[in-house]
Amino acid sequence: MLKVIDATGFISFQDIGRKGFQNFGVPVSGAMDWFAYQVANQLVGNSQNATALEIGLGEITFQAKQDCVLAVTGAGYEVQNYIWTFPLWTSFYVRAGWYVQIKKTKAGNWAYLAIAGGFDVPKILGSSSTYMRGGLGNHIQTGNVLQSGKPSTELTKLAARDFPVQKFMRYSQSPTIEVIAGPQRERFDNSFFENEYTLSKSFDRMGYRLEGKIIEASDKTELISEGMTMGSIQITNQGQPIVMMADSPTTGGYPKIGNVIRVDLPLLAQCESGTSTIRFKEVSVEEAQEKYKRCSQLFT
Amino acid sequence: MFKPLGDSALLIQLGDEIDPIINQRVHALNSLLQNINGIIETVPAYCTLLVHYDINFSYQHIKAIVQEKINQVNDSFQITARRHEVPIRYGGASTDLEIISTTLNLSISEIIKIHSEKEYQIYMMGFTPGFPYMGILDSRLQMPRLQTPRTLVQAGSVAMAGFQTGIYPLDSPGGWNILGWTPLKLFDPHSDTPFLFSPGDVVKFVPMESNSLLFEREQAP
Repeated sequence: MLKVIDATGFISFQDIGRKGFQNFGVPVSGAMDWFAYQVANQLVGNSQNATALEIGLGEITFQAKQDCVLAVTGAGYEVQNYIWTFPLWTSFYVRAGWYVQIKKTKAGNWAYLAIAGGFDVPKILGSSSTYMRGGLGNHIQTGNVLQSGKPSTELTKLAARDFPVQKFMRYSQSPTIEVIAGPQRERFDNSFFENEYTLSKSFDRMGYRLEGKIIEASDKTELISEGMTMGSIQITNQGQPIVMMADSPTTGGYPKIGNVIRVDLPLLAQCESGTSTIRFKEVSVEEAQEKYKRCSQLFT
Repeated sequence: MFKPLGDSALLIQLGDEIDPIINQRVHALNSLLQNINGIIETVPAYCTLLVHYDINFSYQHIKAIVQEKINQVNDSFQITARRHEVPIRYGGASTDLEIISTTLNLSISEIIKIHSEKEYQIYMMGFTPGFPYMGILDSRLQMPRLQTPRTLVQAGSVAMAGFQTGIYPLDSPGGWNILGWTPLKLFDPHSDTPFLFSPGDVVKFVPMESNSLLFEREQAP
């Protein structure tokens, strides 16, 4: 059990996402950085779908009310208990009474806090993922008490584990993001793939607006709304690319030049507004799935 | 006709216009693609169906399944649509009924008659959880959406834009012209049946008097 002493930014419970209700217009939600979320759970011995805390562009300080094992993953954050700094991508033992602070320190947007046993949160439509716009769940606030479930084994066996993140995910502020051509790819020339973009100030769990070269469509026929997904890159009528993220609406009406591959979504998710330099590169579905297979072998 | 949408979704295009028959084919195909190993969920829209599949299945494998099912959706397909009657109070505070009347040069009673005499097909759901996109609206009622969307539209508001009519299930921003209000709850996440409607269903509006008990009990806006 953790008691929240102070919380700022966008802090919410997330799991693997809300599946099976997109036909009713319910977004999938779930972690913005699925890789960091899954590693955090794995480090503390949780199932792949355990509820973790997502810390977005903010900070949280909490007090442990009982002994527990925690892991924090992601990019741009530091974990301290006032005496020590715990490295990200490791699990560590926290004693009852300790105060722990997760602080935003450098480039990166999202951190994941997993607790051995998972956070105990009621599921809505089969998922504990918070979807604020739809009134499903709520942001974490000062004073909240976060309950956790039963750890999978003794705490001492779960503590002091680490994960060699650099071997599997190269977080960077100048990534090349791989993209599969979208349903309306033929409306556009190659300029999207030949120019550099940065993340605009207007970004949240729903979508990331990109700034850079305006993309002209050769065919300006208005699109009839159709399904879309996390990673879909829509080009607005003004020619601005928007990458849909975890809280993406289930359908959209702008043409889609492409779709970010699953393995590269975390790289984009952690790009910093204003300073990141992002390039996009086309790959095939087969290459993307092969890349995912190699990456997902870590989670068995 | 088939296009990948990323590494774990397949977009099926069954036409390129908004047409009730094409949309019924979408829903017929949709029903044939339920409970298939490898397919996680499907999202019907006006003339497309998006199939979200398990990334561990190949695109070609899923495409072959879909192709086989499309062949079953021939012109003799049958869809079993549920029919809903939706009580509506036309007009009232925070509706656009007066402006609609002036813009379209129709009396309020004519608007009510035209809007409520037709049955509407739910082409798709989206925008917010439980929002039904319905049509096709009588051409006499068609007008563009608001120049500036409202920052808050009350849950239960019945509205229209272009050829479409819809109901806001949640308090949300919105740019459609509001005709009235229904006390029906379209989305209740904590219920065993969280959604009142499904895509493909048919809706008929039933005008109610504003002093109806239904509205007092539900504390109409």
